[in-house]
Amino acid sequence: MKTWLKIAVSIWITGIIIAGISFPMVRVPETWWQFPLIPGLEEKARNIIFHVPISWATVVAFVMSMIYGVLYLRKKDIDYDLRSVSSAGLGLLLCVLATLTGAIWAKFNWGSFWNWDPRQTSIFILLLIYGAYFVLRSAIDEEERRATLSSVYSILAGVTVPFFIFVMPRIMSGLHPGSLGDEQGNLPVLEFKMATNMLIVFFASLIGFTLLYFWMYSLKIRTMRIERQIQHETEIN
Amino acid sequence: MILQSSYHIFVKEFISEFRTRYALNALLMFVVTTLSINLFSIGHDSPTQEILSGTLWIVIFFSAMSGLSRTFVAEEERGTSLTLRLLTDSTSVYTGKLIYNFILIFVLSIIIAIAYLLLIKEFSVKTYSIFWLTIILGSAGLASASTILAAIIAKANTKGTLFPVLAFPILLPLLLTCINATKLSVDGAFFSEAIKEFQILISFAIVMVTTSLLVFDFVWKD
Repeated sequence: MKTWLKIAVSIWITGIIIAGISFPMVRVPETWWQFPLIPGLEEKARNIIFHVPISWATVVAFVMSMIYGVLYLRKKDIDYDLRSVSSAGLGLLLCVLATLTGAIWAKFNWGSFWNWDPRQTSIFILLLIYGAYFVLRSAIDEEERRATLSSVYSILAGVTVPFFIFVMPRIMSGLHPGSLGDEQGNLPVLEFKMATNMLIVFFASLIGFTLLYFWMYSLKIRTMRIERQIQHETEIN
Repeated sequence: MILQSSYHIFVKEFISEFRTRYALNALLMFVVTTLSINLFSIGHDSPTQEILSGTLWIVIFFSAMSGLSRTFVAEEERGTSLTLRLLTDSTSVYTGKLIYNFILIFVLSIIIAIAYLLLIKEFSVKTYSIFWLTIILGSAGLASASTILAAIIAKANTKGTLFPVLAFPILLPLLLTCINATKLSVDGAFFSEAIKEFQILISFAIVMVTTSLLVFDFVWKD
């Protein structure tokens, strides 16, 4: 990543954090820096600016890991495997963050940290998939075999994701927007009924966290490459 | 050509299983053990139908896991995988093993279901059409996902313990849907009410078999 982009992302994210936390929530917003107060959510609605983009970045990391898995199987270039595992590692970190921010929000809005809502179930399964992925990797010594088998596993796990995102919330009742029995309608994503300024901050946050993911990813892949190089050199000597 | 060699793989699996009857005996004992643990833990209590339809699928899931994990491990241990690779293409190996696994799991689930219906008197199915169709489609889904996972496991260092860990997250949409459909059959729902569940089960099996056919070559030839 270019230096100017890193500076830009830092400023961007800082701006979003300031806006998300400090913009006052009032009943009737008058200026551009006031968010409307949503009954039932109140100040807790601020979490949408952090929780949803982190969950989004988790999915981006997961998809990237799967795409690099497919590329490894096609090209048999070990660098693609390094990319795949870097993305999966970041995905695990983001997944834990998404689970935690979600659990805290659930505690204060729905009464308990964990309710087995369909979306909570899916994020739990995503954690299990990442866990299984890294356990599988640690169980294989040979580098190329490890790369092939973990790529295949990430593809298999990837094809079950639509069942969680689109199918399970339709047949299980849940608390997230878009679940079965939700009066707003059975849509996979919530209908955007946010105020315009909040919507702008929300989308800015989506872009910001995606860029942050790519920044972290570029750091991670570089350290992975160096680590592999060092390992090879010590093996030769 | 592929059909013929798949059939031969299937017959080979069948014959080599009946020579030792290792998997079959181990599986039957496993079923007896888990069922009796269930019976002991129930005791004189009368658990709800929801809990019972959940435990039915716990028994089926873990029996399937203990039985299917050996599909490719035996091949590697006996050193016959190289011969198979020379003699036939990977698609027929996969299809043959898939059909064998499906029949194994299907027979197993039917045995478990009948034993469950006979032994636990609180568990009474009202709509048998939903119940048996769930068993059939559930075993198809279990077999489709675990065949490719068994192939992955056979190449890893720790062969035994890893299988349920890898299989659980992938099989969870299937298991949740199966439990849901079983609840419907116990509640006495009409067949048309369970159509949604059957659609999910069918699409799961199709998605799994298609993906496995695409990636099996990489695992098998590794």
